[in-house]
Formats: sequence, structure tokens, C-alpha cells
Amino acid sequence: MSRIEGVLQTLKGQGRKALIPFITAGDPHPDETVGLMHTMVDAGVDIIELGVPFSDPMADGPVIQLACERALKQGTSLRRVLAMVSEFRKTNDTTPVVLMGYLNPIEAMGYEAFADAAVNAGVDGILTVDLPPEEADDIAPLFSHRGLDPIFLLAPTTTDERIRAIAGHSSGYVYYVSFKGVTGAAKINVDEVAEKVAHIHELTALPVGVGFGIRDAETAAAVGRVSDGVIVGSVLVDTIARNQADIDALKRALTDLLNPMREALDGLAS
Amino acid sequence: MSVKLTEEMLAALPDARGHFGAFGGRFVSETLMDSLMTLEQEYMRLKKDPEFQAAFDKDLADYVGRPSPLYFAERLTRETGGAQIWLKREDLNHTGAHKVNNTIGQALLASFLGKTRIIAETGAGQHGVATATVCARLGLECHVFMGADDVQRQSLNVYRMKLLGAQVHSVESGSRTLKDAMNDAMRDWVTNVDDTFYIIGTVAGPHPYPLLVRDFQSVIGRETRRQSLEKTGKLPDALVACVGGGSNAIGMFYPFLTDESVQLYGVEAGGHGIDTGEHAAPLCAGRPGVLHGNRTYLMEDDNGQIASTHSVSAGLDYPGVGPEHSWLKDIGRGNYVSVTDDEALEAFRMLTLVEGIMPALESAHAVAYAVKLAAKMDKDQMVVINISGRGDKDIHTVAQLDGIEL
Repeated sequence: MSRIEGVLQTLKGQGRKALIPFITAGDPHPDETVGLMHTMVDAGVDIIELGVPFSDPMADGPVIQLACERALKQGTSLRRVLAMVSEFRKTNDTTPVVLMGYLNPIEAMGYEAFADAAVNAGVDGILTVDLPPEEADDIAPLFSHRGLDPIFLLAPTTTDERIRAIAGHSSGYVYYVSFKGVTGAAKINVDEVAEKVAHIHELTALPVGVGFGIRDAETAAAVGRVSDGVIVGSVLVDTIARNQADIDALKRALTDLLNPMREALDGLAS
Repeated sequence: MSVKLTEEMLAALPDARGHFGAFGGRFVSETLMDSLMTLEQEYMRLKKDPEFQAAFDKDLADYVGRPSPLYFAERLTRETGGAQIWLKREDLNHTGAHKVNNTIGQALLASFLGKTRIIAETGAGQHGVATATVCARLGLECHVFMGADDVQRQSLNVYRMKLLGAQVHSVESGSRTLKDAMNDAMRDWVTNVDDTFYIIGTVAGPHPYPLLVRDFQSVIGRETRRQSLEKTGKLPDALVACVGGGSNAIGMFYPFLTDESVQLYGVEAGGHGIDTGEHAAPLCAGRPGVLHGNRTYLMEDDNGQIASTHSVSAGLDYPGVGPEHSWLKDIGRGNYVSVTDDEALEAFRMLTLVEGIMPALESAHAVAYAVKLAAKMDKDQMVVINISGRGDKDIHTVAQLDGIEL
């Protein structure tokens, strides 16, 4: 059982929902990322999605675009992100880490070399935004054979046939994109999400995480009620942007954002 | 090494998933997959639909003004002292470039699909103008994304688009050029996917765009082939076209791919020179990677981050290239070369002075290479240059380089 499956199964047994933060690695500086990861674990998160910065993040809104620019300006590369995960693993071998990003940095490194390095670093899952399963025939097995969970996106536009096929290529969890749009837009419709996620649950046994548009305890609880986990990205990345000059203040701000989400999600269990 | 291509081989490309050999494909986020698959199905159906093709041909004739002439550049030929140089006059199309062939086709597709809102990216502004033009004609809402730097250097085209009723969105992110315009167009599309049709301007992007843009632009090569036989009784020995994304080049090359005797030259933007790193020549100096929905040659750093590009010509200032060109390069059928900004500017002046034809700076790259090529060829041989657009839009750029304030 992979670390991701283990964590999600334990949560399920407890009747709890996963809190999954996303931050862009290397933002505001590569030296700070591991500290921010530990801060988020202390605030009660279950799985960390670590964004690998890319020069052309087509699926992202302005908040994460700017985070990518800041991280790249500070010299963040895929290799350096893997080094951050290794560093994180020195003191934490329980919290799963999913690398989320675009295909080209992985292609440039070479798929096998990347897969080996990711396993060695202690990465648990790989989510590549611009790699639909149709193009992943050769790539996804390189991940799964090494115990890395390939995680794919589902969208409001995904047909039933594709949901089944995508789930067949996935392990760990599937990531449901809550609305048609880029990250950071505020247009989530909880009723629509509830309907679609319930439908996805009929088509696959995999846990369903929901991301895009979750920005506070209220939306987290509303989405947590109908899914297995909530993914929180742009609001955290925006907090990093606003507090980049003062790392202690930044860590407090992240904790202040995540604590109420954790409480709200755990409130659903009781 | 060059492979002999047959009609059967070409008919099988791209494959069902949009691959040209190792290139092409469909690398987009899941939200867009359904739209792309619908577009592919509908296009494959309409491609064989006589009604759709007749509507397309009629628009090309009556609205664009096709066929465009194949013109013998007699004085340029004399001055060059080599092969006969002929010009395929895409600059004479309505809106002044080859781009309109494709926007006519895609706007028809959009109408057949019932989409009412059109988006497009543009570099030099020619594709934006061609899109705004067909939208004005069909009464469609039009949004054009353009890098902030390009908005600056192509202000005339920006105003043209506005006059045509389009909204021009200046893109401030990234390198503020064509690739960033394409990023923002993709972001708009994913947000408004239900009612929006994305008219991509070149043979790049996710499947089926490289296929359908190539099909719409192939009218250039089909006409050239027929006109060449009519006027000279033979096929040209060489075709020369500039390559940014590569739509005018593939449109010219495609109907000649199985004609082994016809050499194909795609001319990339050498900028300040390939060895300076400041250029936009992925086929000459890049390597395969994935950007904007397809695998193709790219300009990137060792970490897979897309590199900034430079070209005096906004339309060639792009770090990628259509996947079919990447395939033609790898199988040895296409020759991909580059010329510098300075060479292109010199060719711009030369064609203007010698033939009274002012080419777009993009097309001037093809002129610069073709003149060098023709000089080394025999007098009974024939080179066709695709003059993909007219140069009026570049007068500001050229004047500025001359230190003249207009």
C-alpha cells in the first residue's frame, strides 16, 4: 500500500476528510519551502501537493503564474524540488508528497531518471496537468512500477467513459477540478460539485479529492461533505505572496488559514 | 537520410491521437479534452462534407480573392543571377496575409458547431486581424490575446482589430509575446469552453489543430502546384517559406510532400544569430519537448523551462513550431535553416526596391534565404517563395530601425 493510500484509508476509517494544501515549490525562496511544508503538517494537513514551477503554466490563474515566476527567478528547478522533498523526508516520513506540474520539465529530465529520482527523494504521487491518460501509456507505468501513484484530473466536462478510463490509469486518488476555468477563480458551485462527485464515486472506488475554488473553512466544509478530500491552492499561494518578506509572519498566516479548515473538516465527522 | 513519402503514408498522418511520428498529440488539461474530441469528430465529418467544402471554397474565391497569383520575379531573378524566382502572392489576400485562409475555415467550423464566441492569439497581429475580420462578417463576438510587447510593436494591427469590433487583450505575463498570448487564450478557453471556439492561428496546439490548420492552408500549395504546371510546364525545384509556428510553410509544402524532386526549405528566425542564443529557431537549435498541447521542437533550458525568444518579426517570435515540421525535419524531408534579423531586413528592402513588393518581415526571412539558394542554382531551375504577408504592418519597425519617427 502506498503512503497516499494508507493515509486516505486511515482517514476514511475515522470518518474524516483529507486536507490537501498546494504550494509552489521555491516560492518565495527554495530555502523556505521545506519549512513551509512542516508548518502545514503542524497545522494538520494530510497530504502535500508541491507545485513544480513552469514558465508557461497554462492551467493556472494569475496567483500561481506569479508564484512560478518568483520560484523560477530564485533558481528553482525540478531537481531542486526533488532535493526539497529529500530534505523534508529527513524529519517526516509519514506525510505523502505529490508533485504537481507540467510535463516539459519532466520530459527534459528524462522520464526514467525522474521516476528514479522521485522515488529516492520520497515523493509519493505525480500529477501532471497537461498529460491526459491518452498520452501517458509509456509514462504512467514508469511511475506505478516504482510505487509512485499517477494522479489524473477529472473535470466537469469529463464523460463517463473517460472517468472510467482515467480512474483505471490512476492510483492514490483522482483530482476533480471543480469548475471550468483556471486555478484561483472564485466560481465554485457546491451543488454541482456534489452531484458530479457522487457520480464519480459510482464509477470508481478511488478516493476523490476536489480542488479549484476552495478558499476558506466554509467552502472546505461544503466540499468536504461530498468528497474524500479538499485541495487548497491559490489562497495559500496568495498568502505566501503577501508575506514573502517575513517568513515567520508567513508561517503564522498559513497556520491561521489552515487551522479553521482542519476544524471545519473534522467538524463534519462528529 | 530522407524517406520517400507516399500518399498512403500521408493519409495515415496524423494518427488517431494526432501524432506525426514522435510529435504532435494532445497535451492539455482534462477540461479541454471533451471539446477537442468533439472538434476532431466534427471536423473529420465536415472534411468529407461537400457542402462544407463548397462553402469554404466559395469564401476563398469571393471573400479572400483566391487564387493568389504565382508571379515571376523577373528583375529579382536577373539581379540574383541563378534560378528563376517566383513569388506566391499570399500578401494579396484580403487582410494581407495567408492567415485568412485558416480563419475562414475555422469560423465556418465554429458556425457548424454553434459556437458564438471566438478567441484567438496573435503575434504580429495578422492572425488577429484575420480572425476579427471573419468575426465581423459573421457577427461573432471576438477576443484577441496579444503579448504586451507585440501590442507595442504592432500598434497598427491592434487598431485594425479594434476597428473590426474585436476586443484586444494585452498579455502582460511571461515574455509578453506570442507564447504568452497563447497561454492566456488557453486560459480563456478552459473558462468559457461551452460557448467559445478557439481559432488557433498556426499548425501548433493540440490535435486536431495542426491537422485542420494545415488542411485549410494547403490551398496555397495546391494552387502553386497547378499554377507552376500551367505557367512553366513543370514543378518547382525548391519551395521556400518562413517558419514561426509554420502554417504558411506547411500549407505550401504539403501538396508537394510526395514530389521527391521538390526541395522544401523552412526558414526560421535567426534573430541576432543562432550562436548568440537570441533567436526563434527551435528546429535549427532546439530539442523536442511539450508545450501548448503538442510535442515538438522547442527552445528551452536544461531544466525544461521555455526560453525567451527574439526576432525582429513578431510573427516568428515563438519558441515552438508545428509538430508536422518537427516530423518532416526528423525524416529528412524538410530542410530547416535560419536567417538573421539583418538579413531579413535587407531582403525586405531589396524586394521592395527591385520588385515593388513590400513583404512582411516574416516573409522577408524566406526571401533572404531564397535569394542565397537561387544564386547557387542553375538558370533553368525554379524557386518559389511564399510571400506569406504584406509588409505595411512592419513599416513602423523598419522606420524605427532607421531612426525615423513616423
